[in-house]
Amino acid sequence: MKNKNFYEKRKYVIGGVTCLIVLILISRLFYLQVIKNEYKNFADDNAFFKKTIYPARGTIYDRKGKMLVFNQPTYDIVYIPREVQPFDTLDFCNILNITKEQLLKKFADIKDRRLNPGYSSYTMQTFMTQLTLAEYGLFMEKLYKFPGFDIQKRALRQYSYPNAAQVLGYVAEVSKTAMEEDSYYSRGDYAGKSGVERSHEINLRGEKGVEILLRDARGRIQGRYENGKHDVKPVSGKDITLGIDIDLQAYGEYLMQGKRGSIVMIEPSTGEILCMVSAPTYDPSLLLGREFGSNFQLLANNPHKPLFNRAIQGTYPPGSTFKTTQGLIFLQEDIIQPSTSYPCYHGYPAGGGRPACHGHPSPLPLEPAIATSCNSYFCYGLSAMLNNRKKYLNILEAFDTWKDHLVDMGFGYRLGVDLPSENRGFIPNSKYYSKNFKTEKWYAQNVISIAIGQGEVLATPLQVANLAATIANRGYYYKPHIVKNIKGASLDTLYTKKRITGIERSYYQNIANGMRMAVTGGTCRGTNIPDVVVCGKTGTAQNSHGKDHSIFMGFAPMDQPKVAIFVFIENAGFGATYAVPIGRLMLQKYLKKEVPPSDKHIEVNMANAHLISPFDNYKNGFRND
Amino acid sequence: MISNYTYRRPDDKIKASVDWVVVALYFVMVFCGWFSIYAASYQYDHVLSIFDLSGRAGMQLVWIGISSVLAFVLLKLDSNLYDVFAYFVYAICILLLIVTIFVAKDIKGSRSWLVITDSIRLQPAEFAKFGVALAIAHFMSSYNFKLMTPKNLAVLSGMILLPLVLILLQKETGSALVYVAFILVLYREGLPGMVLIAGLCAVIFFVIGLKFSDVEVGMITQGEFISIILIILISACLVIAYKKDYASARNILLGAAAIFGLSYLISLFIPLDWGMIAIIAFAALLVYAIVMGIRTWNKSYLFVGVFAISSLLFVGSINYVFNDVMQPHQQMRIKVSLGMEDDLMGAGYNVNQSKIAIGSGGFTGKGFLNGTQTKLKYVPEQDTDFIFCTVGEEKGFVGSAVVLLLYLFLILRLFYLAERQRDAFGRVYGYSVASIFLFHLTINVGMVIGLTPVIGIPLPFFSYGGSSLLGFTILLFIFLRVDMTRKRR
Repeated sequence: MKNKNFYEKRKYVIGGVTCLIVLILISRLFYLQVIKNEYKNFADDNAFFKKTIYPARGTIYDRKGKMLVFNQPTYDIVYIPREVQPFDTLDFCNILNITKEQLLKKFADIKDRRLNPGYSSYTMQTFMTQLTLAEYGLFMEKLYKFPGFDIQKRALRQYSYPNAAQVLGYVAEVSKTAMEEDSYYSRGDYAGKSGVERSHEINLRGEKGVEILLRDARGRIQGRYENGKHDVKPVSGKDITLGIDIDLQAYGEYLMQGKRGSIVMIEPSTGEILCMVSAPTYDPSLLLGREFGSNFQLLANNPHKPLFNRAIQGTYPPGSTFKTTQGLIFLQEDIIQPSTSYPCYHGYPAGGGRPACHGHPSPLPLEPAIATSCNSYFCYGLSAMLNNRKKYLNILEAFDTWKDHLVDMGFGYRLGVDLPSENRGFIPNSKYYSKNFKTEKWYAQNVISIAIGQGEVLATPLQVANLAATIANRGYYYKPHIVKNIKGASLDTLYTKKRITGIERSYYQNIANGMRMAVTGGTCRGTNIPDVVVCGKTGTAQNSHGKDHSIFMGFAPMDQPKVAIFVFIENAGFGATYAVPIGRLMLQKYLKKEVPPSDKHIEVNMANAHLISPFDNYKNGFRND
Repeated sequence: MISNYTYRRPDDKIKASVDWVVVALYFVMVFCGWFSIYAASYQYDHVLSIFDLSGRAGMQLVWIGISSVLAFVLLKLDSNLYDVFAYFVYAICILLLIVTIFVAKDIKGSRSWLVITDSIRLQPAEFAKFGVALAIAHFMSSYNFKLMTPKNLAVLSGMILLPLVLILLQKETGSALVYVAFILVLYREGLPGMVLIAGLCAVIFFVIGLKFSDVEVGMITQGEFISIILIILISACLVIAYKKDYASARNILLGAAAIFGLSYLISLFIPLDWGMIAIIAFAALLVYAIVMGIRTWNKSYLFVGVFAISSLLFVGSINYVFNDVMQPHQQMRIKVSLGMEDDLMGAGYNVNQSKIAIGSGGFTGKGFLNGTQTKLKYVPEQDTDFIFCTVGEEKGFVGSAVVLLLYLFLILRLFYLAERQRDAFGRVYGYSVASIFLFHLTINVGMVIGLTPVIGIPLPFFSYGGSSLLGFTILLFIFLRVDMTRKRR
């Protein structure tokens, strides 16, 4: 055959093609397995289901060790779609108190991959969360009737007391921005949103653990990866003890019901906040569970802003309590001596000017001026300071010296309490006035009302309470703080450092003397408690919102003080009318544990005073919703 | 000689004459396959022993045992039997295929399984391959056989196409396509190389035509435009290959370049329809081929013209065939393999997952039984058609390359054995066996690593399944038996 040899050569073509094909296949394998690296990650994403193990959130206790916030198991209804068999929907709906339409919609929503991208008919789906105990009991009883359904336990925050809501704060699902800011969080996580829950989130939350499970193509879990060798155990959150005395707090909230205002009490020797009442308040249990959304709306829309912590977020003119700071500054700056007297004839300047003053003996030295809360005395003082050209180059320098002293006393800037959203209040400086008056040549008379805590000056109740603590300590303070102790961690040194205002101790003694005189024979007689040496100062602040604010600042006992207090009631009139009696009751409650029977009539009067009538019953109202 | 059957010739002794290289390769691959099947069918929550008969690996071991016995029997039978009974075997295979069409139950959309018991099912399509190989080997080994006669070509085509059509009727497109492998055998026996080139061109035109079918260049698509330019280039090459006529080839290329260059200059002033220009260039090529054909009275030029016209017709019909003849799932598979669609939840799912499994194996692999993708069933059909994933994931690049090299060695060895046969029967049969293995390897591994469309055919010796293992064993060992007696034939 002539072509025999010719065709035989084709074996080379065929062999070559074979080699070429295998070479192409091997090259492609090299590309997939060696050059491209991303397949490893895809494979891990496929196979590893990283199940988060949630740590128990830290428990919160009060200063006496009473449990305030803890975790309680709650129950979710879950189901595996594949395993569900036809069931009695009427019975099902009755137990859970839903309509059949809601039932069908829930099923449809769960199946909708746009709403629930992780849906698989083989894996557990959450049908309903946070059953009430009654629902749980009923459902458990009839569980056998609903094949495919099951109950899953989860931990939920629980509150032992209906008090201290603004201090404790609440916990809710993390927002998108929170997830972006902190990679710790992922969708569906809970985090503290306000109060201690928020400011001590890092301590309370603990550390999530992870269990690496193997997941097959249908989403079914096939076991643990390498027997859990790579798993991470969760770390429980740290338990926190507050400086708050929950009984005192509850009593304060009881007295403040039906009013807007705040009570702050501080232990001067440590800066621990003993109680921080902001009225109106709410029951923290309202912001739990399935009713969170609707209750939160109600609270947020309430015109009296119960979610707003007035003690640190509200800023008010401090009124006459501010006179104590003025006395201190004038003494320190050598403008006055304790014996310096100023005349007062129903106002400053003489003759019932502005501000006016009430009737009292004249002229008066400093301590009686504090006791009688003489407006003129401090106006003369401020005027003397600002106009002192021997000491200060000009009014601007004099004013900024005045301001610096106030800042050293804790005004004008955030005190740095361990709660979110603290307000800094407002203490003007010389630039502020120069800008306002459009000239650097302005006069003491222009700004004189700040000497009596009116005008531009604004402070938070916490700042004034801190002032009381500073006077109690005769010249130093510790940053007020809510958390007393974190289990397994030490308190931030921020709160253990003594802060000295820079004003002589003896001047503080003069102010304390004045405040003692106010209690024994001045404006503050309402807090004269037998066998306790109380020092106090009333305040009545004019404001643009209505009636004057009723204010009381004090501490007790005079020597080795145990407590500093500030009571503030919005638009309640004279300080002596509401703030002083409430202050008296609070001091009794704290110092003597119980309010003596002789004071019960004051308690009844105060608790029953409803100054914001349409909403006086707001708390109970929400409760029954 | 015929009367002397009882006499045992030395070359009938297996030990002395069988090609031990192939036998060794066979057993190495079969046992690699067995381990791969065990790894692929491994279940975390239900761990079975590799010998457990309720598992796939255990069953495969049974099939390996049966295959080994069968291989031994095949080697013991008289080698002439295969030649003599070739047509008979072919007829039985065809009969089985026909019966299957009517008897078979629908299993995953295919009607190719004969269910004997619940656990034993046979796929006649796997056995028909060796029937066809025997038959064409017998036919082509007849005295003074010439391939390129219309009658012989018709008979051969019929022999190959008949089972192909029957298997298509069973809706087993993959198994049917395997018969394309016989073209390589025919090529070795004298089929013009042009057929292979035409086939290659058809694939290239098809890929280009589809991949660039969305963009229009004037009156035609971009794919068609590129294809026309390719046709002109290939035509010039053909002129050189068949006539060694460098002048004509140069004329064709220069002519085309002149047409496009001139058009470009004109297009600077007047916008031109480039599709039209391509068709004009094509027409010029055609006219030139006809003129040259008439002038030299040589049919090679006319042949080039025929090639050009049929190519153009093919190119023009691609979109019609693709959109109107092919079924949607086939369209999707082709688009996925061309990278035109991802469709990760549908047609692209298998390939994407198998690429992830193989790619995650890295250079050295995750180790035996440590592959997560295959264990967790991310790859469908992982112990049958996608078995190579397990190798890729657990043994990495090293392991999969070794497996491919084993195949290369086996196939080249088979070509070598085929070439050393003294008669056409052994050679044709040997080439058939090697070509079928080559086709399975190319399409199966190509599919798993995303080079070829998803066509469900097994990987010889690795994929789970009694029918395919028995089929390949019979195919291979008949050839080894024939090879044992090569010296006296």
